[in-house]
Amino acid sequence: MNVIEATQLVKTYNPDTIPVHAVNNVSLDIKKGEFTAIVGPSGSGKTTLLNMIGGLDTPTEGKVIVDGVEIDNLNQSELTDFRMHNIGFVFQSYNLIPVMTARENIEFIMLLQKIDKNARESRSEELMEKMGISETSKRRPSELSGGQQQRVAVARALASKPKFILADEPTANLDSQSTNSLLDIMAKMNEEENVTFVFSTHDQRVIDKAKRVITIVDGKVESDETK
Amino acid sequence: MLYLKLAWRNIWRNRKRTWITASSIGFAVFFAVFMQSMQLGSYQRMIDNSVRFYTGHLAIHQAAYWEEKLLDNGFEQSKVESLILDSETIDVAVPRLTSFALASYKDKTKGALINGVDPILEARLTYLDNKLTAGSYMSGNGVLVAKGLAEYLKISVGDTLIFVSQGYHGVNAAGKYPVEGILKFPVPELNQSAVYLPLPLAQEFFGAEGIITSYSLLMNEPDEITEVQSSLAGFAKENDLEVMNWEEMMPELLQGIEMDYYGGLIMIYILYAVIGFGILGTFLMMTKERTYEFGILVSIGMKKLKIQFMVALEILMLTFFGVLLGLVASFPLTFYFFNNPIEFTGDAAKAYENFGYEAIIPFSLDPVIFYSQGVVILIISLFLGIYPMLAIQHLKIIKALKE
Repeated sequence: MNVIEATQLVKTYNPDTIPVHAVNNVSLDIKKGEFTAIVGPSGSGKTTLLNMIGGLDTPTEGKVIVDGVEIDNLNQSELTDFRMHNIGFVFQSYNLIPVMTARENIEFIMLLQKIDKNARESRSEELMEKMGISETSKRRPSELSGGQQQRVAVARALASKPKFILADEPTANLDSQSTNSLLDIMAKMNEEENVTFVFSTHDQRVIDKAKRVITIVDGKVESDETK
Repeated sequence: MLYLKLAWRNIWRNRKRTWITASSIGFAVFFAVFMQSMQLGSYQRMIDNSVRFYTGHLAIHQAAYWEEKLLDNGFEQSKVESLILDSETIDVAVPRLTSFALASYKDKTKGALINGVDPILEARLTYLDNKLTAGSYMSGNGVLVAKGLAEYLKISVGDTLIFVSQGYHGVNAAGKYPVEGILKFPVPELNQSAVYLPLPLAQEFFGAEGIITSYSLLMNEPDEITEVQSSLAGFAKENDLEVMNWEEMMPELLQGIEMDYYGGLIMIYILYAVIGFGILGTFLMMTKERTYEFGILVSIGMKKLKIQFMVALEILMLTFFGVLLGLVASFPLTFYFFNNPIEFTGDAAKAYENFGYEAIIPFSLDPVIFYSQGVVILIISLFLGIYPMLAIQHLKIIKALKE
């Protein structure tokens, strides 16, 4: 079953002056439970593709269907709601809410989803335990290491039980140990809970862990390999 | 509760900036409160002095008197003696016979404002007995002379003053009266010219037995002036009298106060404008430095309306905090000056008196002064808060994430 169906996606910047095709006629399907890495050099269009799949950016041409919903047809408010319920995001710079503790960050989306307190607490505890960050629950992001922050970010993305998680270069700011630890956790979540992950990366360690690797060059799919 | 918690924590993310912004708001409130307290205190004092010494809150005259303040336009005191006044509404009602005369002592002569009054009632209205700086209060045959006039004529208690004037219906009025006491008035104009003597003595001097020029009423609640004025209208018409309130009798006082008030208001508005730019600067920084964060929040599913709500709470909290600082700082000071008005002495006092003002700056503790400043600052902040609201409304996620 396809969670994501992207058909003939095109993203053109400056269409009226000097057009730049960041993504050029890309079509791809992502199935439930995949652990996919979108790789390519800087400026190849990885992040743009990820943004369009995640409903953060709109394609110039083509369409994106997530879990049967054509997201380009949704208005901004509907799209925001759709992202909250269906897509988990992990960013390169962790992007936790600085004034909230680790636990509050994890519970934040569940609060927006109006999930009751008991369910929120048990879900956040479960995730913190799986991520190995239980002892940091009361600390704010500024008191956490980069690796810990990114694990909190993954837990936050998983908290709302999304259809898939989009991670834009999640290991770019991490050292080797933190990277390996994070990748192990994500791989475990993928295997044990069948969570779908889509990464954009040029980190070889992430590529090595991925079960499917889609290579993008100059906005086009150059190769699509399943291991 | 979530938004309240987030807003509270957000305003303390940058403590230094929060303190600076709140302090600037607090300073504006402090300055505005202090200035307005001083202005309103002075106005209240001016009105109170004028009402007590000149007109009363309401005054009953012969119909033509206020147009032409002649002794001949006085009326028989017996007309108002039958008037039954509600003691809960009217504090005191005072008969007065007021006219002018030339006052002479040795080779000095000066125009004087002669006030024939009931010594007991007058003391209740003007606290005249408390204005004595020498001698004793009216006992029956003597006069009380204002200090400025006494100094000009070089007289003191025990000396005899000669008055010359035109009396009621053109009779010659002349008499000599011992000076029983010297009065010091807060109103410079009175201090230079006023003479007080018992009403029967004044009536005898002017040849106006049983005649008064005004019957002044002091209200317990000045808010009820219009109501009482209306209730007395019928009685006045029947007796060919008129009832006027102090605003009708002293329009120039009201206009002077209004002009001064609006002048002060312009100063305060300039201050608000300066502080407003400071607040806007903070809001601009708050918005600009958090564009990326807002982008993340929208990405993960927080609606812009909720972010706007959270930022609006931050603005409200910051403003409220600043206003509170200003009020906390200004209240003790205005309270102190309310109880201990600033009194000028020496040349400064003379300069004030030369301009016709009392050499004192009283303060007001009217609650309106305090909450009106808070409300004004709040409105300014909410108005300036439109900018961050619009910035969030027009936020482009991808652009924000690239900040």
